[in-house]
Amino acid sequence: MNPSRFSDTLRRHGLELTRGATSTLQINIGRTCDLACRHCHLEAGPDRVEAMGHETVEAVIACAGRFSFAAIDITGGAPELLPRLPRLVSGLAVLTPKLIVRTNLAALTRPESGALPELCRDHGVALTASLPAANAAQTEAQRGGGVWETSIAMIRRLNGLGYGVAGSGLELDLVSNPTGAFLPAPQGETEQRFHLELERRYAISFNHLYTFANAPLGRFRAWLERSGNLDAYLSRLEGSFNPCTLPGLMCRSLISVNWDGFIYDCDFNLAAGLHHGEQRIHIAQLSELPAAGTPIPVGDHCFACTAGSGFT
Amino acid sequence: METYYDPADLAAFGDIGKDAPHLAAKFFDYYGAVFAEGALSEREKALIALAVAHAVQCPYCIDAYTTACLEKGSNLEEMTEALHVTNAIRGGASLVHGVQMRKIAEKLSL
Repeated sequence: MNPSRFSDTLRRHGLELTRGATSTLQINIGRTCDLACRHCHLEAGPDRVEAMGHETVEAVIACAGRFSFAAIDITGGAPELLPRLPRLVSGLAVLTPKLIVRTNLAALTRPESGALPELCRDHGVALTASLPAANAAQTEAQRGGGVWETSIAMIRRLNGLGYGVAGSGLELDLVSNPTGAFLPAPQGETEQRFHLELERRYAISFNHLYTFANAPLGRFRAWLERSGNLDAYLSRLEGSFNPCTLPGLMCRSLISVNWDGFIYDCDFNLAAGLHHGEQRIHIAQLSELPAAGTPIPVGDHCFACTAGSGFT
Repeated sequence: METYYDPADLAAFGDIGKDAPHLAAKFFDYYGAVFAEGALSEREKALIALAVAHAVQCPYCIDAYTTACLEKGSNLEEMTEALHVTNAIRGGASLVHGVQMRKIAEKLSL
């Protein structure tokens, strides 16, 4: 499959992928992570050193002050390991009605994270945690040995702070990516099963669960190639193309800032090196939000967001 | 090595309608209705299909319903238990015929 396959599919359906109104700022703080998950499209891991520097952090906060974002979403790598994360959290929390910090849960237990859960609580930050399955075997197959127990213990601690507890106003959402070369399970039913299993077996709770397909990029693509699954997986994604997903795709309403300050239309295009507007624009130079109708660069990974119910 | 079963053939299942489209249409409509959400969930139906696929030992069905079970949110623990249900019924079906063996043997024996 070459990058034009997605364009061809859009053309066949008489569709174009262009930007709408921008409402979300996503910040990718770098590639450093305590885990090396097998599905990671950014190939983040303990050996990666790319991290957002002080000037870029300040440029991001300034950008959030120049514009109005309905949501700001901090991701990585493991955001918890960025020493400047507390500055980002306190700087951004006052500039948006919804600040989200992504966590792999395990990183929150590390000394570098300090009192980060409490800091997030105090700023009303929503936490979005990765948990691919409601069982140890599938979770650790994707994320590594020992991660299950650590994740469950951290959810329990977050529940203790009020996160994921009804009525607290502190949101703890989970994200489940498939643990292999297959599409995600239906979100509604899976969310119900996670609620039941995690409550029954571990007495822990969360708010919502989101199921997303794995993007055929980075470490996951390398595994697909090595395991002989690449062609079948790409065909599966392409065969599940759902044109109804297009209006709600995240790339239409989000700008994604890389650790070095350059901007993309989404985190997958960031991983694929497809710049917003097909040119290198630094967040510090962003004088206005992308105009509605601006074309979005695409690649075969885009099929991951348009398969089935889609990735919005 | 050439083999009767080629995974790529599964995608050609629809071709079975080429010379009897009205019958194929009825079958595939029925098939779709059977696996739709009902009193049983799609996930539960996929697990039943996986168990039956092993009972009838259909490689196409095993391929299709292993994927379907994973995509409906089942895990290997659940899928393996479903397989043991197949095994228990298959084994039990053999073993329960021992009743016939015993009755016949008792009739023939002093």
